[in-house]
Amino acid sequence: MKMDRRAFLSLGVGVAAGTTLSPLPWKLMDDISIWTQNWSWTPVPDDGECTYINSVCRLCSGACGITVRKIGNRVVKIEGQNGHPINDGGICLLGLSSPQILYGQERVQRPLKRDGKRGEGKWIPISWENAIQEVFSKLQQLRSQDMPNRLACITGTDQGTVPRLFERFLTVFGSPNYIRMPSIVDSYELTLNLMQGGPSSVGFDFESADYILSFGSGIIDGWTSPVRMFKLNSQWKDKNIKCVQIESRLSNSAAKASQWIPIQPGTEAELAMGIAHVMVKENWYHPDFVQNQSNGFAEWRTKLMANVNLEHIATITGVHQDVIIQVAKEFANASTPIAICGQGRGLIPGNMREFVAVHTLNALKGNINQKGGVGALAELDYIDWPEVMMDAIATKGMAIERIDHANTDHYPYARYLMSRLPKVLLNQKEPMLEMLFVLRSNPYYSLPGTAIIKEAWEKIPFIVSFSSVMDETALYSDLILPEPFYLETYEDIPTPTGYLYPMIGLMRPVIQPLYDTKPAADVLIQLAQKFEGTVAKAFSWSNYQTCLEKTLKDKWDTMIKKGYFLDTSLSQVWKKEFTTLSGKFEFKNMELKELEKETTPELEGSKEQYPLLLIPYDSLRIASTSVANPPFVTKTIEDNVLKQNDVLLEINPITAKSLGVKEHDLVEITTPHGRAIVRIHLFEGIMPGLIAMARGLGHETGGDYLYGKGVNVNSLLGSIESPFSGFEMAYATRANLRHV
Amino acid sequence: MTKGESASTNSSRGSGSIIFLFFIIGLIGSLVVGWIIFPMLLYSEKKQPIDYNHAIHLDAVDNGCESCHFFREDGTFSGIPKLSQCVDCHGEVQGSNPEEKRFVEEYVQKETEVPWLAYSRQPDCVFFSHVVHVKTAEMKCEVCHGPIGSSEHSKEYEQNRITGLSRAIWGPSIAGFRKNSWDSMKMDVCGQCHEKETGSKGPCFQCHK
Ligand code: SF4
Repeated sequence: MKMDRRAFLSLGVGVAAGTTLSPLPWKLMDDISIWTQNWSWTPVPDDGECTYINSVCRLCSGACGITVRKIGNRVVKIEGQNGHPINDGGICLLGLSSPQILYGQERVQRPLKRDGKRGEGKWIPISWENAIQEVFSKLQQLRSQDMPNRLACITGTDQGTVPRLFERFLTVFGSPNYIRMPSIVDSYELTLNLMQGGPSSVGFDFESADYILSFGSGIIDGWTSPVRMFKLNSQWKDKNIKCVQIESRLSNSAAKASQWIPIQPGTEAELAMGIAHVMVKENWYHPDFVQNQSNGFAEWRTKLMANVNLEHIATITGVHQDVIIQVAKEFANASTPIAICGQGRGLIPGNMREFVAVHTLNALKGNINQKGGVGALAELDYIDWPEVMMDAIATKGMAIERIDHANTDHYPYARYLMSRLPKVLLNQKEPMLEMLFVLRSNPYYSLPGTAIIKEAWEKIPFIVSFSSVMDETALYSDLILPEPFYLETYEDIPTPTGYLYPMIGLMRPVIQPLYDTKPAADVLIQLAQKFEGTVAKAFSWSNYQTCLEKTLKDKWDTMIKKGYFLDTSLSQVWKKEFTTLSGKFEFKNMELKELEKETTPELEGSKEQYPLLLIPYDSLRIASTSVANPPFVTKTIEDNVLKQNDVLLEINPITAKSLGVKEHDLVEITTPHGRAIVRIHLFEGIMPGLIAMARGLGHETGGDYLYGKGVNVNSLLGSIESPFSGFEMAYATRANLRHV
Repeated sequence: MTKGESASTNSSRGSGSIIFLFFIIGLIGSLVVGWIIFPMLLYSEKKQPIDYNHAIHLDAVDNGCESCHFFREDGTFSGIPKLSQCVDCHGEVQGSNPEEKRFVEEYVQKETEVPWLAYSRQPDCVFFSHVVHVKTAEMKCEVCHGPIGSSEHSKEYEQNRITGLSRAIWGPSIAGFRKNSWDSMKMDVCGQCHEKETGSKGPCFQCHK
């Protein structure tokens, strides 16, 4: 029997038929599909009993209550805490993705000392003992040379025990250079200080307001306490409360508002004055408040009537006179309207004239320090540590002017002026800083004018970062003393910006620290105790947790049980009395007259060379504060914001046509401060002549999921300093585009 | 018919039978491979770390299966008991069963979890809520798991070499035939029951997440 070609083919047909009639192919196909679902490298959370721990999120100033779900010792999910006064079960993308930061590759796992050049990413591990000793030696040297003021410290906020311990350390050490990162907290603090008497922080009773007038505030784009605002926005919709958004581009907040009023960037103060003009002219203001509780109204009104011309305002703002009148009328007719400002997330303090003008609208309605209004909150005075004793070195150091010139004759109204630091360092004649501590902030990345900051950084010989993840500031530091991630430690989280009741949230460890980290406050206590005398005495706690428990006293037990301490009695906590010199709300005191003279500085570059105006914008899908996006959040960025690694630049189709650029064209954007390659996105929601780019991209760190994605808009922006306050006002920059 | 023609007819008839023979060889060979050899190769046989007697335990407890396989307060199902549950009764050796002695010595005393092999483990992307089936729909455990409660020995764990899962998922018949409701835990089985009980197989994302 010989197998010829036909016999062979027949065998094949037989095999094919037999195989088809057997379960083999079907079972194999099924098994292979299941095999793909069981790959050993696919991460799978542990199975087992779930436990839940309540804590507070510290990834932004929102202070949301969170419920952390764990299986075994593994955090598997973070949800908003039900019933929490700030966020009642809600959570944002970033808070939700915290486990990706906790377990992510960007964690700094042990103290690291720089090995290569700054930014090269070459580190050698160092023991805690040696690291603290190294910092101590350098600090001791500063004191022995009578130069304690050459130590500076930058923190994200100045509220809560940990930032306050840093401030205390600098004071007793002898340095006035404790600096808080800039934000609208600066401008609201100053607004209240000037008009109502300070110190206090702002609180908005949005829950009882019946009309919202927002001058560019990103109500659902991360302004103040993002989840609280998100929830409020839904409540306003349910209750049919009108929300008017005045903004140059159709942001998410503008798109969801009842009315969107596009405006030329930087002219918000003028528009607010225009609205005030209409209200005063038509007698649409609260006579009782204005006559009995305010000072300087008559003078202010005379000047307003003489100087403000609605037609002129309509021309410069781009808002039609009829719209100005309509808004003024609606605002006046509402019983508890609130006007707010601070662009986007409120990361830039902005224009004080705008803040004062917007707050004036609230005052014209008499909606100050009352239900449904805007109030000045006194700080909760739970931090009552004994006064520090100052030795001669500290006294001398503290008498020297602050490096940023805040609270000096140059800038008497500002408490902190972080944005001035780079300029000061670049203009220094002799070294002004030897050492810098950076806590929970990423100034190297997040301040406008990246090129200047990079240069200024070179002037600081020794930078210590306390970051728990490798951010840009840590990357360009000399020593990283990583603190535990917020899910691994205790801390008090004070009232979020804009919340109407003073509160303290308790952040607590939900798991044991994963790595060889140490709370920054413990590092500080250990450092202080290495000194003899007053420095050590000011830090007599055995560790930070003891300090926290002792500070919170009887509140500690409530907070352990409930997760927060809240004072809800409006009448007690909202300052009833105005503490200005006149004892009344000020429309026109000396300082406000001074402010009136301020004109917004001209933007750098000529209109001919840079015919466009670039504005940055914020989105809840891109973290742009002290933390950067974890992978999950980056995945949610729309492809008209980021396409693979290219950031999209929004431009009105009319402007695009005049420039000859089309959707998705690659162009080079040039500003007086930098240049970058970006992709065009035609967007009718942006005013002609403007271009806009998202904040929070273009990171030098962040691993595969973030590194190199997009461009840091701060590298294209320049710092604009307010002549009155010294605050950062960088709202836009001139720009030009060119095909590549 | 010429001589030549007859020879060619004979040879074509001969080659036709050879072709058919090869077809049959191919057919039967592949049927044998598909039905007998393939299943033998597909599964490896493993033993449970401890030969467990369900029957004896079921007699000793008050609350049936749920005494050990209970629901937590949040409604999640505890699945195979952890050592901490067993220790309640087996902190010391109770009887004369050598398997129990081994369990106490090798696991309880060493505080090591028993690496039980779960017959019903599904791929991790498949979500299944026991509480909805057992409490809401009042289904008996046996409907899916069979009369495992009356077993005196742990049955052999046949592990699919490709998927890593137990043969209990596909079922004893390689062709996928079922005699009992618990003979398979494949999606079709879920679908059939859902269609019967609820009128719909349900959307994909109900189970696949
Ligand atoms: S809004 Fe801020 S505090 Fe709240 S969950 Fe998000 S990141 Fe955390």
